[in-house]
Amino acid sequence: MKVKQISVFLENKAGRLADVTKILGENQINIRALSIADTADFGILRLIVSDPQKALAVLKREGLTVSETEVIAVEIPDKPGGLAGVLKDLEEKKVNIEYMYAFVGKSLENAVVIFRVEEIDCAIKLLNDSQVRLLPESKVYRI
Amino acid sequence: MLIWSPEYESMSRVRLEELQFKRLKETLQRIYDHVSFYRDKMKKQGVKPDDIRSLSDLKYLPFTTKEDLRENYPFGLFAVEMDEVVRIHASSGTTGKMTVVGYTKNDLKTWSEVMARSITSAGGGPRDRIQVAYGYGLFTGGLGVHYGAEFVGATVVPISGGNTKRQIQVMKDFGITLLACTPSYALYMAETAAEEGIDLRALPLKAGILGAEPWSENMRKEIEEQLGIKAYDIYGLSEIIGPGVAIECQEQNGLHICEDHFLPEVIDPLTGEPLPYGEKGELVFTTLTKEAFPIIRYRTKDVSLLYPEACDCGRTMARMNRILGRTDDMLIIRGVNVFPSQIESVLLENGDATPHYQLVVDRKGNLDDLEIWVEVSEKLFSSEVRKLESLGVKIKQKIESTLGIGVRVKLVEPKTIPRSEGKAKRVVDKRDVYKG
Repeated sequence: MKVKQISVFLENKAGRLADVTKILGENQINIRALSIADTADFGILRLIVSDPQKALAVLKREGLTVSETEVIAVEIPDKPGGLAGVLKDLEEKKVNIEYMYAFVGKSLENAVVIFRVEEIDCAIKLLNDSQVRLLPESKVYRI
Repeated sequence: MLIWSPEYESMSRVRLEELQFKRLKETLQRIYDHVSFYRDKMKKQGVKPDDIRSLSDLKYLPFTTKEDLRENYPFGLFAVEMDEVVRIHASSGTTGKMTVVGYTKNDLKTWSEVMARSITSAGGGPRDRIQVAYGYGLFTGGLGVHYGAEFVGATVVPISGGNTKRQIQVMKDFGITLLACTPSYALYMAETAAEEGIDLRALPLKAGILGAEPWSENMRKEIEEQLGIKAYDIYGLSEIIGPGVAIECQEQNGLHICEDHFLPEVIDPLTGEPLPYGEKGELVFTTLTKEAFPIIRYRTKDVSLLYPEACDCGRTMARMNRILGRTDDMLIIRGVNVFPSQIESVLLENGDATPHYQLVVDRKGNLDDLEIWVEVSEKLFSSEVRKLESLGVKIKQKIESTLGIGVRVKLVEPKTIPRSEGKAKRVVDKRDVYKG
């Protein structure tokens, strides 16, 4: 149930995001979801893409600092209070969230949110026993 | 302007060379008899003290390097019993071990003598009040100037470094006429004084004895203007004696070396061959009168050139040019010696197998500023901001505790630091300290 996220280190300078997305585009890699965490000096770009292996390879080849991070994708009812419900479940199961961000697309009628959590294997086991619906890799990359 | 010891400082070159040769022979015999390191090294080179028959035979003697000092840590190169050593000084090393030097009572007298010459050369005398803002302690700067100033009969204010507001108050309230500190600190004082609404130019301060770091002619102009003084460049290093090896005179055109105590050479740093007067190369010194820590052909790694022509001031002692650079990659930042290799070892400890980094040195508002760029390798990278930020803080703290000065650490993308022939450029120094 783990999903592969590509993380890229970016300095805060003009055009860096454009560079990365251009490289992906030229290699026919589609971005499914993304988030940027930034500080005064640098940013971390996190991506869910159609072909993580290929994305990792091409970005590395371009000399970027890239890593693969394991995350989980959670299906959330697309209605008011949907996310709150899932977060409550996570809290009850004592799953610690490092960061999270939402998908633009949908899985059927549901919204999808990416969570980076502490102790991912343990978290997946706990969540499988709950109401929370995790999406498999194969589905996520094709949303 | 007076000369402290005209019988030496103005002696004819012929008599000087006779004196130098006599003293060189004594020094050689002393180290050959008392320091096994020198004896072994000379034997290996196939040279005995008797083989040296003129000053030009100096070139047959082996060099001594900072590494030799470290390998003989702490007292291995001392030429007298410890009973006779009355003072120890040391400078921080690049890789942990300090370089340690010792002084007998006579050595301290010699040091006071050469420093007295320096202070006199900068226009100082018994009526002056001198503020010694060099650090006191193992560093030779503070105590070296201190004893010379007392010898001259000046009033010494041993304030040491730091606490700039108090420095300015003392300067003003005590009627200080001479200031001894690093050139960048002199400028920093001027800046701080201006903030306090005090014009240093209106004070009795008339001269600065400034050294322990390289500085440019432009910086001299700035110091002279902002403090309303004449700024004299002083040169020295603990391995030779400390401050007082050489100083400028009123002509401010080269630093007179106390050649009756320290024999200078300039060599080609690659081949080790001595270079003629006027050619640029690495400065090498041999002490002629030191007892506890005599040193033969010490490679300073400072780049300069020598001119022996008589000076309008009346001194016959040869002059060295202000330091023009280094033969290694050592930086002097806020008076502290910094080697890029120190940064590298911190990054290696941090788990970065092949660290790419660059030291960017600048002078911001008269104070040196060191920023260290570190390329974020995959090993260091994390998708979590918190972890990356704490990585930066950890590197910063480790470097600061290693160097003893504050730095800023900037995490940058790979390949940000330009490579030339595969080797990264480790240092960008924007201060232009060796210019002019």
